[in-house]
Amino acid sequence: MTQISPHAEAALTCTLDERSLYLRRLVLGSVRSAGRGHVGPALSLIEMVRVLYDDVLRIDPNNPRDPARDRAILSKGHGCLALYALLADRGFFPLSELDGFCGPDSILGGHPEYGMVPGVEASTGALGHGLSIGVGLALAARMRERTYRTFVLLGDGEINEGSVWEAAMGAAKHGLDNLIALIDYNKLQSYGPTDYVLPLEPLADKWRSFGFAVQELNGHDVGALRTVLKQVPAVPGKPAAIICHTVKGKGLPAAESNADWHHKNKLTDSELDAIRVAVGDF
Amino acid sequence: MRNTAMNMVHKLAARDERVLYIGSDPGAGTLRAMSKEFPKRHLIEGISEAHIIGMSAGLAMEGFVPYVNTIATFLTRRCYEQVAVDLCLHNLPVRLIANGGGLVYAPLGPTHQAIEDIAIMRALPNMTVVCPCDADEASRLMEQTLDWTGPIYIRLGKGGDAVVSKAEHGFEIGKAILMRPPGDVVMVTTGIMLQRALAAADLLAAQGIRAGILHMHTVKPLDTEALLQAIRGTRLVATLEEHVPSGGLGSAVAEALIDKLGSGLPAMLRLSLPDRFMHNYGSQDSLLKKHGLSADAIATSVARALPASHTSSPQLHST
Repeated sequence: MTQISPHAEAALTCTLDERSLYLRRLVLGSVRSAGRGHVGPALSLIEMVRVLYDDVLRIDPNNPRDPARDRAILSKGHGCLALYALLADRGFFPLSELDGFCGPDSILGGHPEYGMVPGVEASTGALGHGLSIGVGLALAARMRERTYRTFVLLGDGEINEGSVWEAAMGAAKHGLDNLIALIDYNKLQSYGPTDYVLPLEPLADKWRSFGFAVQELNGHDVGALRTVLKQVPAVPGKPAAIICHTVKGKGLPAAESNADWHHKNKLTDSELDAIRVAVGDF
Repeated sequence: MRNTAMNMVHKLAARDERVLYIGSDPGAGTLRAMSKEFPKRHLIEGISEAHIIGMSAGLAMEGFVPYVNTIATFLTRRCYEQVAVDLCLHNLPVRLIANGGGLVYAPLGPTHQAIEDIAIMRALPNMTVVCPCDADEASRLMEQTLDWTGPIYIRLGKGGDAVVSKAEHGFEIGKAILMRPPGDVVMVTTGIMLQRALAAADLLAAQGIRAGILHMHTVKPLDTEALLQAIRGTRLVATLEEHVPSGGLGSAVAEALIDKLGSGLPAMLRLSLPDRFMHNYGSQDSLLKKHGLSADAIATSVARALPASHTSSPQLHST
């Protein structure tokens, strides 16, 4: 079994501030409207995406293709509700779009699509693609002497994919210190615990041995995320892996570390009531 | 053909700074001159094809035109999802230079024989599939790849294929070349089947059978207009391909004819490899011969099919 890290324990008990609760209301509102959505994977990501879009990424919602912008790829595309909430809140598209999630006329599908959603840098959903694309973006920055940074958000289940480790070798080979991989380590994938499905430990050592500068933190700790994510490069000459210990379904007690909330097809009245208790009216 | 295509990458790189060469683990010395002249744009990335496709997508998103090169089966079978999602879904200008299309790697067995690559690449939206017949044509093709929108799969033969293409025919991606005027039969070819078709046409001529040849170097998008033009008044359309019967040139031609002709479909003969992996080694030529794709065998099959075919006058489907 995985040894529980202090960061993982802290993630379990971390208290959420009002903005984190507000973003969760946006996510859960989309699920309510659509009658479906990946709840657990989005709720574990909120703080990572929030800190990126609020405090770190150099982006302009009015010019989403600005060549100078930082790039961020949500490789674990099924966590898209968190991304959509942030993009909408930051003005990339109207908040009202969130209500159309997965609908026939919506730009917002169950996985993010490049070209459809302003601010989405790559179509993801098939797992194990984002880090390689990120290597290409970061390498292009290096070759063109541009200063944008590339952030790639990966799921822990996702890193079962061999292509992720191919990309890790490639990133290290090129010394891409403008590339930052954030691993949403919520320790639960679709079927069950990552420890059971395909053990990942020792995860930090794995990334380290692949040539990455590795840091671990509580992925719901906004302050810690801010501090770490603002340090780019973390170590000159090395790509960075930031292992974010999180709780799947964070902020919704019924959903926390509960595989049944990986994807929801509809919310019952009692579940809707429980959500109101947890995050407020939504 | 292969060396020519590689050298063209170097030439294009000299002309256009967007051009990159990305190899997995190619033979020692591949594009050595380019690696010396443009070391930053000559990338060797290891036997990690799935990653290389994704990486090339990222580079293409930033304005580069990557030419990704390895053995055909690894570009197709191994990283099909990356090709579909990273390249085709994003419609990025990455060029896949596939070494050893068809049976080039005959001695190395089924893992290295790309016998279904046209089918699976052709199935992908936004993908262009081109199979040049010889080194000269490969050169003309590569000239056109710089500014083509979207991904291209380039199926290469090996070195030493007889040069039969002609400069005066020109070359345009997506435009078939009429190598011999239509007669009793029109043979539609792709890649190095053109050489066999030319020899077969001579054998047929000796029997008094007029055989036209339409060289369909681009299998997708298929030049349906040229196809319809070529088959007017002919008694038989024969497709020749170094590929399994499913989904390749023969399928593409049959689909186009069914889509365009309401009635009076021409008699059709699809000559291809059988629907199985090749469990023989030897050479590309010996395997083609074994499976009825030598010039002799093609001529025999066409001549045999002709009397049985009914004369038909294909009409354009009126819609």
